[in-house]
Amino acid sequence: MPTARLLISRGGAGDAARHEAFNILFEPGESVLDGLRRLRVTADPSLAFRYACLNANACKECMMLLDGRVIYACTARLEAREMRLDPLPNKPLLRDLATVIAPPDERLR
Amino acid sequence: MHLDADVLIIGSGAAGMYAAIEAARRGTARVLLLDRSLIGRGGATVMAQMTVAAAVGPAGTDHWQHHLADTLAAGRGLCDPALAALLCEVGADCILEMDRWKVGWARNHAGFAAVQAPGHDRARCVYVDFLATGPAVSRTLRAQVQRSGHAIRRVGEVMVTDLVVEDGAVTGAVALHVATGEPLTIAAPATIIATGGLTRMYARNSASANMSGDGYALALRAGARLIDMEFVQFFPIGHLAPRLIGMDPIMWDPFRYKLGGRLLNGAMEEFADRWGGSDQDGGYSTTRDLATYAITKENEAGRGSPSGGAWLSFTHVPAAELRAAFGPVIDKLAANGIDLTRDCVEVSPIAHYHMGGIRVDIAMRTNVPGLLAAGEAVGGANGANRLSGNAITEALAFGRIAGASAAGMAARAGFVADRTALARLAATGPALNTAALIARLQAIMAADVGPFRTKAGLDRAAAALAALDQEAGETPPGIPGQPHDLARLDWFDLRQMILVGQAVVQAATARQESRGAHQREDFCATEAAWQRNQGQSLRDGALHLEPA
Repeated sequence: MPTARLLISRGGAGDAARHEAFNILFEPGESVLDGLRRLRVTADPSLAFRYACLNANACKECMMLLDGRVIYACTARLEAREMRLDPLPNKPLLRDLATVIAPPDERLR
Repeated sequence: MHLDADVLIIGSGAAGMYAAIEAARRGTARVLLLDRSLIGRGGATVMAQMTVAAAVGPAGTDHWQHHLADTLAAGRGLCDPALAALLCEVGADCILEMDRWKVGWARNHAGFAAVQAPGHDRARCVYVDFLATGPAVSRTLRAQVQRSGHAIRRVGEVMVTDLVVEDGAVTGAVALHVATGEPLTIAAPATIIATGGLTRMYARNSASANMSGDGYALALRAGARLIDMEFVQFFPIGHLAPRLIGMDPIMWDPFRYKLGGRLLNGAMEEFADRWGGSDQDGGYSTTRDLATYAITKENEAGRGSPSGGAWLSFTHVPAAELRAAFGPVIDKLAANGIDLTRDCVEVSPIAHYHMGGIRVDIAMRTNVPGLLAAGEAVGGANGANRLSGNAITEALAFGRIAGASAAGMAARAGFVADRTALARLAATGPALNTAALIARLQAIMAADVGPFRTKAGLDRAAAALAALDQEAGETPPGIPGQPHDLARLDWFDLRQMILVGQAVVQAATARQESRGAHQREDFCATEAAWQRNQGQSLRDGALHLEPA
């Protein structure tokens, strides 16, 4: 199986920017979201990102930056190379790759 | 933080949103619509690429009572006839209201375009092209919720962890605000559980990460009764291979409605009729329980497809016909390297829907004052096997009824947030890989509590769930108040999933027969004496079976 090296932005609002590297084996065709979900099980359950629908590209929650471009993690595929993941730059950061994306009138405060 | 509402709705799929709209138009001033993810985007509704069953054909061509007859037959003698009738009758009216709200049901010269799904006596399933039913339903209901103005407050990223019970009545809820990690209390004289089903409890599932069965656990812990928990529907032809991204794994059903398609074993032979199915000449009429059985048995006989499922073939369908039926979806498949004129795909059963759920009356009220349920969270309407196309219809109809009932409930005095529930949210616990524990629960359920069960397997699952419960402990890992803390969120899910898993195992162990979605390999026959429903409740921390 090929290996992807995910360079993932870690930390919350106000933390100094840092990236953590994870190597992950994958089957060709698997998505970045598949890889992130597997990392939570095998490596670090605290890794934070947003998703609801897993695979269908229906909830539109899993937006993030891959090598500086906005992607849906559920439709971008893992590749056998270094892949840099960052949170959306124009949204308030919650933690790691998760940002505040709810419409303002659907937030608690 | 604390919120007050007249009607609290937990979950913003089709059932929750319809309930909110109905409660608001009946004059409820403060409807609070919560979702653990984003409003109207999580859960099963938005993912439904499928069709919606309702008797809405031109006058004289169909009647909701025909739909009811098919629903009762599919339920293998266990449907609650009153709930099933509401699904069919009120559901049809909701489909027409959705049409007035411009959902965009596909049309032809005669009115609504409709397909005939397995188990239906005629073409009765409407849809929105192309594979867009769920997103269209969600979008339409979201627009109506917003149109209700200030009567409906929408708040996303709130996971309700416990209901508050005072003097035997539900008076509100305690919740985790996922975005901040802060606790939240909500006071409300009426609470509607619209959290959907439990498919996330299985390793291979077709739903979203939100469907962890938490509504059933909330109801149990508040003193409400469940019904039919042994009946988990597996969708027979969930996509298996090659890896397909950006599409719901249940997408092949609408393909079969429109184009038939052929289900083949590893030797490229049709096989459904060997196991009691009825597909013939490229038609599609084998019901879900029979198709799941047939695919599993072919694999046990060593005749599966390479990845352990069955082949689905449309290679006999001309390219132009494929294009006419599914337009842009054909391009999406091409992007995944699949050309249906050339390639077969592999499919296999996948956890899809829960027939069981919260026991309600015809007004969607539970046995606990102040607590109602709607949508898939409700048990009983679909018996031992749900008819294709009934899930969205049920969500709409039961949501509307629950909203109407809740609107009429008078405020009860006083609200005191449950101290134990609040303490749990404030607790600091040892580090725990909760994501791995959930993966283990999914493996346990898939291995021994899938469509085929034995006493030995169910006992093994019960022991494994008990061990998991011990390991999960009494406190969530880490410290409270952390933004988007998934490890902690998983712990609260795991707590509910273990209880709900135990309920499914208990009911499945007791039912010593095979019926619909519940197949016992040690009790293969359907027994007349078992044509009855099982109820369950939680008393003094223990699950009890009782007649429903």
